[in-house]
Amino acid sequence: MAKRRVVITGLGMLSPLGNDVASSWQAIRSGQSGIGPIDRFDASEYNTRIGGAIRNLDMEPWLSSKDARKTDAFIHYGLIASCQAVADSGLESYDALDRTRVGVAIGSGIGGLEFIEKSVITMEKGGPRKVSPFFVPASVINMIAGNVAIRFGFQGPNIAITTACTTGTHNIGYAARTIAYGDADVMLAGGSEMATTRTGIAAFSAARALSTRNDEPEKASRPWDRDRDGFVLSDGAGVVVLEELEHARRRGAVIYGEVAGFGMSDDAHHITAPPESGEGAQRAMVNAIRDAGIRPEDIDYINAHGTSTQVGDVAEVAAAKAVFGDHAYKLAMSSTKSMTGHLLGAAGAVEAIFSVLAVRDGILPPTINLDNPDDGCDLDFVANQSRSADLRYALSNSFGFGGTNGTLIFRRYEA
Amino acid sequence: MSTVEERVKKIVCEQLGVKESEVQNSSSFVEDLGADSLDTVELVMALEEEFETEIPDEEAEKLTSVQDAIDYIVAHT
Repeated sequence: MAKRRVVITGLGMLSPLGNDVASSWQAIRSGQSGIGPIDRFDASEYNTRIGGAIRNLDMEPWLSSKDARKTDAFIHYGLIASCQAVADSGLESYDALDRTRVGVAIGSGIGGLEFIEKSVITMEKGGPRKVSPFFVPASVINMIAGNVAIRFGFQGPNIAITTACTTGTHNIGYAARTIAYGDADVMLAGGSEMATTRTGIAAFSAARALSTRNDEPEKASRPWDRDRDGFVLSDGAGVVVLEELEHARRRGAVIYGEVAGFGMSDDAHHITAPPESGEGAQRAMVNAIRDAGIRPEDIDYINAHGTSTQVGDVAEVAAAKAVFGDHAYKLAMSSTKSMTGHLLGAAGAVEAIFSVLAVRDGILPPTINLDNPDDGCDLDFVANQSRSADLRYALSNSFGFGGTNGTLIFRRYEA
Repeated sequence: MSTVEERVKKIVCEQLGVKESEVQNSSSFVEDLGADSLDTVELVMALEEEFETEIPDEEAEKLTSVQDAIDYIVAHT
């Protein structure tokens, strides 16, 4: 059976850079940082007091206050990004839409951490009778996918893959395969996260993963720079509408780009750190390139995992050099996390969107705060300023705790 | 000081996301105000909190309307 082609026909996003795709992409193009002081809780006792938050969000158009109270913030973000993506796709006005052929694959790295924290505190104070009947549906990871299905009547495959920081990438890749294989014609796919909570910040801080550049939040996320000191934890969500090519053509949909390839692997090495060689990352990229049926030299742009950690940044450069050889020095590789911070389970989804828009608009997103590239970090990281380029293929990497890796490849759509 | 009736109606509005004008004494939580089974459990928890009382499960199941809740609170606090 030939693989069916899968295109992207809708985008939705909430990020520290803006509460929709247009404002977030504009901020990326102009090299702005979305990082600031944490104000969701009193972080004065924390080593890390900065993060990337969703600000000034008016949920009312999408979510009543009654429904919002019964769900964790990661569900609010995922549901709103989904509503944006559906609206953008025009699917709702397509009368012939068969909703049994529309599915959802949206996950989260951690899930309803804030709701869990508050419920535990309530129970400690008031006993088990004080735990809300909504505790489970408010906090378990598959409830974005569940709520989206209910909201839109999408009765096809419904799943929420959770693979730490690779979550968004894996959900999109899996959803594309679901369409390619014929199990659905349309899939909403992506990830959402709201982990900048009291325990979230404390735990990543204890793992020495977070930047402590509290006095200069906008400069804290600095992938490949010699003065980087960890990643910045951020909130948000990204959701794409994936659609079988002929289905999209039939209804005259606007096509942003095509999902050309998807690859996966695991480091089988350490729970949190990659091997210096980036061997697992190499295999994910090679698998995606093979799936796309292209050559490594065809890749014009890599949206790197690039979190701004000591080991991870260097390993990804090593992996790129191993996979692409001399071509590694010709392509561009940047980290939009330098601007958004690290959205964990949403990271792969927002970065997929930035990759698709990069190819569509012919814009290479910058890596900001790259003042002094570290030893061996000698690729074209599009330092500090975006620039125009003729792009046909973009590759997006995500690597997660547990050593799990995912790579997506997007192709410019030519009608 | 608000009456029991006013306080009960305020909680019903908050918990079920309905307007004050929609809430009558005779309103049924499920049939008139759109509550599901989980909503009614949480509504009872909110009433317990507001009136600093404990409503046993077998009693809570009988509270199906605004008037039921008012009567229970008046009789037990």
